[in-house]
Amino acid sequence: MEKDFSQLDTIIQAYQTKPGILIPLLQEVQNLLGYLSKDAMRYIADKMQVPAADIYGVATFYSMFKLKPQGKHIVRVCKGTACHVSDADEIKDALKSALRLQGDEDTTMDMKFTLVEVACLGCCSLAPVIMIDDTTFGKLTPELIPGILQRYAFGDEQ
Amino acid sequence: MSKITVKVGVASCGVAAGAMEVFELLEQNRKTGAGFRLMRTACIGMCFEEPIVELSGGKLGNISLGKVLPEDILNNIEEYRQGKMPTANVILTEKHEGSRDSLLGEQTRIVLKNCGVIDPTSIDDYEAHGGYTALKKVMKMSPEKVIEIIKDSGLRGRGGAGFPTGLKWSFAAQAKGAKKYVICNADEGDPGAFMDRSTLEGDPHNVIEGMIIGAYAMGADEGYVYCRAEYPMAVKHLKLAIADAQRKGYLGRSILGTNFYFTLHIKEGAGAFVCGEETALIQSIEGKRGMPVIRPPFPAESGLWGCPTNINNVETWANITWIINHGAEEFKKIGTQESPGTKVFALAGKIAGSGLIEVPMGISLRDIIYKVGGGMKSEKPFKAVQMGGPSGGCIPASLLDTTVDYDSINATGAIMGSGGMVVMDSSTCMVDVARFFLNFTQNESCGKCTFCRIGTRRMLEILTRITKGQGAMEDIQKLRDLAANITKGSLCGLGQTAPNPVLTTLRYFEDEYLAHIQDKRCPAKVCAPLLKYEIIPDHCIGCTACARVCPVSCISGKVKEIHLINQDQCIHCGACYSACKFNAISKG
Repeated sequence: MEKDFSQLDTIIQAYQTKPGILIPLLQEVQNLLGYLSKDAMRYIADKMQVPAADIYGVATFYSMFKLKPQGKHIVRVCKGTACHVSDADEIKDALKSALRLQGDEDTTMDMKFTLVEVACLGCCSLAPVIMIDDTTFGKLTPELIPGILQRYAFGDEQ
Repeated sequence: MSKITVKVGVASCGVAAGAMEVFELLEQNRKTGAGFRLMRTACIGMCFEEPIVELSGGKLGNISLGKVLPEDILNNIEEYRQGKMPTANVILTEKHEGSRDSLLGEQTRIVLKNCGVIDPTSIDDYEAHGGYTALKKVMKMSPEKVIEIIKDSGLRGRGGAGFPTGLKWSFAAQAKGAKKYVICNADEGDPGAFMDRSTLEGDPHNVIEGMIIGAYAMGADEGYVYCRAEYPMAVKHLKLAIADAQRKGYLGRSILGTNFYFTLHIKEGAGAFVCGEETALIQSIEGKRGMPVIRPPFPAESGLWGCPTNINNVETWANITWIINHGAEEFKKIGTQESPGTKVFALAGKIAGSGLIEVPMGISLRDIIYKVGGGMKSEKPFKAVQMGGPSGGCIPASLLDTTVDYDSINATGAIMGSGGMVVMDSSTCMVDVARFFLNFTQNESCGKCTFCRIGTRRMLEILTRITKGQGAMEDIQKLRDLAANITKGSLCGLGQTAPNPVLTTLRYFEDEYLAHIQDKRCPAKVCAPLLKYEIIPDHCIGCTACARVCPVSCISGKVKEIHLINQDQCIHCGACYSACKFNAISKG
């Protein structure tokens, strides 16, 4: 059975008359659904009367768009130059082991955390840096990682 | 008794260092009648001293405290109130007695004049510091006159390429079309650069005022700020500033009572480095994949939705108000003849004073690193400074006396770029740095041009091989050939400059490549597969810590006996090295 995406109609309508709307529209849909599923993209394409390939092309081009369900908290590990020369790889390894992620996995089994690499968070003077949701943590060492993650692991069980 | 003002720097870097805890504590105390005025400001540039609090209104005049702790700040304010120098980390004072006053000595602030001084969320504070006077001045001039001033000033685009701004404006002004656009490129994607973030967080009105002036000069009635979505505070401050400017009649219909009309929108980027390229950026605003298109036609002729469009970067726009207020002649007195004015740099990496600086063009790299940046972070010696991000290159110690201007920096093989400056010491492997940047450009290549798409991948494969100790001598020539072809065969700046990090490291640090290829050795001890871990018998006390953490159990030895690493089984992970508390394991 097809999933019901009628909740997207108001967003689509709001943008319909403006030019160059696709990226902010997809951002808003992603905010609502958490990610852009193929079905959601087909639905938008039908409603807007554009080829689904156009929507898919834009969604896959920009790193902000997620094509898979994401964890509750997004952990961004900065891979900028300053962080790289300050051993950001060790921070990433510490995050992966604390979150028990293997190989290419990026989201924990309990859907609490998704780990992503970002090019630069612009806080280079505090390198190495990570950002959890909207909060930045700087001057990190691998030993600090488990404690930081603990703060997010508890208190959001409700 | 005059009231004391307490200013807390709450830009992204300050907040990450804990400034909000300090601010919230002060906010609570202010409410209970502690008797001071509390203000928020943005980044003064000394990110390494964050959180920073500035005190003023007392006998000692303005002083700034660094690395402020919530538990000390109330005492510090009390001491200041009594006219005593606070027993704290005093970094700046009016008499230049602070520990960091010397770092500001070489700086000239045009773009950052208000950053860390005003409250960026208050249009009144901006106006109190001379805000929107340039716009008022401009509205009494003809558009041609404005362009003439910018041309006379010699201002060159601060996005990296250094194209004369006045000339660029004149192209858009002369282009035929009823509708024109101006765009501010704030898609600061260079890893290691945060000038635009700080400028927008700290003084958004200055950029907006510059854009309104540009729009007036070129006859545009609509503008966009294309800002990275990874900068939530910059976006927030911009939105607020645009709304305030509209309310005060600086934006919208009949600006300052004239018939000049200009609206400004924010467009949040969606995460694609290539969108910093102007034609790709236009595609992205139009809601498409951000892929560069062939020029000509240049955006000045046919840009956003086919209309004449002018794009400048944040720092370029932020120079405009100063030039209008002080005149082209004053601007030309700063910097060099060919590159007048200042340049903002984001200092990061192995430097003591990492943060944001603004220096006159023509200053030497040595002065930037050792005077403005306070020298190296540790006793490890300087090796190179990386300028221009993934499009730039590494400048070695032998060229530290190179002066900062577009032409001198280009001569080294690096580029001025937008202002990222990452300092590297002897613990940085230059082959690894080259691989790091190639990995970045490879990820960010939009895929349109074959050489950029596949050529960078081949280069990355070769570099990865070399860092694993599997490189061959002919790889060096292969890298050079690929570099030449990628430069020739790419449409936009991303591809044309992608080989620069490899070319400059090959030029100045070929010995490191050779050490990796011929001796299977990483001189900086960074490339893990080339490292050999050995136990130093004289230091080992037989605590078994190393053996317990070894993931492949290749360390043998009993308690209180000297341990041994089986080199055939070792996977070079370094776990034993980190675990040993007696410096009994050597890495090399």
